[in-house]
Amino acid sequence: MEAKTLFDKIWDSHVVKQVEGGPNVLYIDRHFIHEVTSPVAFLGLKNRGLKVFRPDQTTATPDHNVPTINQELSIKDELSRHQVETLKNNCEEHGITHYGLGSDGHGVVHIIGPETGLTQPGMTIVCGDSHTSTHGAFGTIAFGIGTSEVEMVLASQCIMQPKPRKMRITVDGELKKGVTAKDIVLYIISQISTSGGTGHFVEFAGSAIHSLTMEGRMTVCNMSIECGARGGMIAPDEITFEYMKGREKTPKGEDWDKALVYWKTLKTDEGAKFDTEYQFNAADIEPMITYGTNPGMGIGISQTIPSGDNLEGTDKNTFMKSLGYMDYKPGDAMKGKKVDYVFLGSCTNGRIEDFRAFADFVKGKQKADDVTVWLVPGSKAVEKEIVAEGLDKIFNEAGMALRQPGCSACLAMNDDKVPEGKYAVATTNRNFEGRQGPGARTMLASPITAAAAAVTGVITDPRELM
Amino acid sequence: MPIENVDTDQIIPARFLKAVERKGFGDNLFRDWRYDKQNQPITDFPLNDNKYSGKILVGGKNFGSGSSREHAAWSIYDYGFRVVVSSFFADIFKGNALNNGLLPVVVSPDFLEKIFTAIENDPNTEFEVDLKNQKFTMVSTGESVSFEINPYKKHCLQNGLDDIDYLVDMKDQIEAFEN
Repeated sequence: MEAKTLFDKIWDSHVVKQVEGGPNVLYIDRHFIHEVTSPVAFLGLKNRGLKVFRPDQTTATPDHNVPTINQELSIKDELSRHQVETLKNNCEEHGITHYGLGSDGHGVVHIIGPETGLTQPGMTIVCGDSHTSTHGAFGTIAFGIGTSEVEMVLASQCIMQPKPRKMRITVDGELKKGVTAKDIVLYIISQISTSGGTGHFVEFAGSAIHSLTMEGRMTVCNMSIECGARGGMIAPDEITFEYMKGREKTPKGEDWDKALVYWKTLKTDEGAKFDTEYQFNAADIEPMITYGTNPGMGIGISQTIPSGDNLEGTDKNTFMKSLGYMDYKPGDAMKGKKVDYVFLGSCTNGRIEDFRAFADFVKGKQKADDVTVWLVPGSKAVEKEIVAEGLDKIFNEAGMALRQPGCSACLAMNDDKVPEGKYAVATTNRNFEGRQGPGARTMLASPITAAAAAVTGVITDPRELM
Repeated sequence: MPIENVDTDQIIPARFLKAVERKGFGDNLFRDWRYDKQNQPITDFPLNDNKYSGKILVGGKNFGSGSSREHAAWSIYDYGFRVVVSSFFADIFKGNALNNGLLPVVVSPDFLEKIFTAIENDPNTEFEVDLKNQKFTMVSTGESVSFEINPYKKHCLQNGLDDIDYLVDMKDQIEAFEN
């Protein structure tokens, strides 16, 4: 039998049809929707006189533009409120499960999927959001789609996709102290660039990857899109099954046993071929920080911003424009740079483990005076767990307060905007110009590097305070 | 626009994604590069500089990276562009463009530099896009390069067809697959 990759096994088993000279018609097991990229798709269905084909395979939650304080009140911003209400109405009309704002199941779409057990190995999962790649941590093919494709899934439970090429990124060895899953993925992107994965679907492999918890694996797969890849995935193993067992939507009893037999086949066969391979050593990675305006512009926290001397033409212009936006100079050290805002949250680092790590770091310390800290849990379940474990008390004692779940300052569609010219250390996924608010300057980092900035007010190597 | 990694947050910032209908996005295309804080046009930005006009947008490599928002393709189309040229497009953006009648044309990095130089030397220089023969031509020099497009997508663009009709017609086959 031909040796197959994990990706091939799942993809090939979901192809309904290969269009002559065209894409594959790919069957979608699970579809997530949110308020921003779905309304035009529902409108499209209406204009065509169509119903949702498989409403029980779509799950909805409003996350992108919801406020993170006073969620029990009506949303103040009229346009946001209208979008959130439109999602609810569309779900009611078509019989789609909807985890509304303030309800127990509410949260960032990529946090609640795994949390409820809706995300399972071997599935194809799509959502009108590029960070759908998060679900790949469970050995699924999960990727972001546009609104036309959301409409396709609603209408037919299928989309038309060319089959991507296959890439394997192997990280072996042991992580050093203070180095987290976030640092691994920021390091990878800094090495292969924001377009290095374009046209590919990535499998992350190696001992450093498989030593990560599910939360850590989700962080890695979440940011696979930032190297340009369609998505990232990790073969399921005992850590995966342990995380999934007993969750609300996972199979139970005999069904679980049967599913487990199949899930254990979901790995790349020995000798299977990838189009592109990269190998990295975990020992080379230190806590990472970005200095520019794309996620590939990252360095180890003890390093200095590159000189850019080796660049020319458009490359040089792009590099200098980026540093100009940040008001940084080539050769500057990142350590000691001023920080005005710290944001812990998002589908990248808004899970319970991230809040535990942050709390563990700030315990017994005080927030720096001039820093504003936003702690935004990824879901209602994460929020409840934070309170149950007493982490909120640690935050309060350190002079910080917990907010309510949502995408928040990751893309600043709600009121959580970093003011113009201010510097934010964010545990999010994109440091694009204006991403956290017009004129805001973002530095991406792990929860503990963010915590170190929160208590010192400057970029600080977290290892020095551990 | 000789800038690399033009991401979807620049094409259309997130705060303009709150509509529930698909209209008017062109007004906010490149909003934060096009207007200053007082909402005044930034004069040297290409869209505000009346020496530039046309239906072809030319950008540096890795155009359309970032979010999956189809609003990016909508805003470029709504503004009046029908073709985007770069040496490299992000995958999701490329798919979204093709699903909205916006043709992404990939040229070599060298040819892209030639295009930028030609525009810089003469903002009125003309380019011709021939979808049928998959040719991109610099009219002044006659220099022509071919570009790739998936045959199925080409057929859809030429005939105004879309994937949703195709999939809905496949319903029986999809149901059979489910069993």
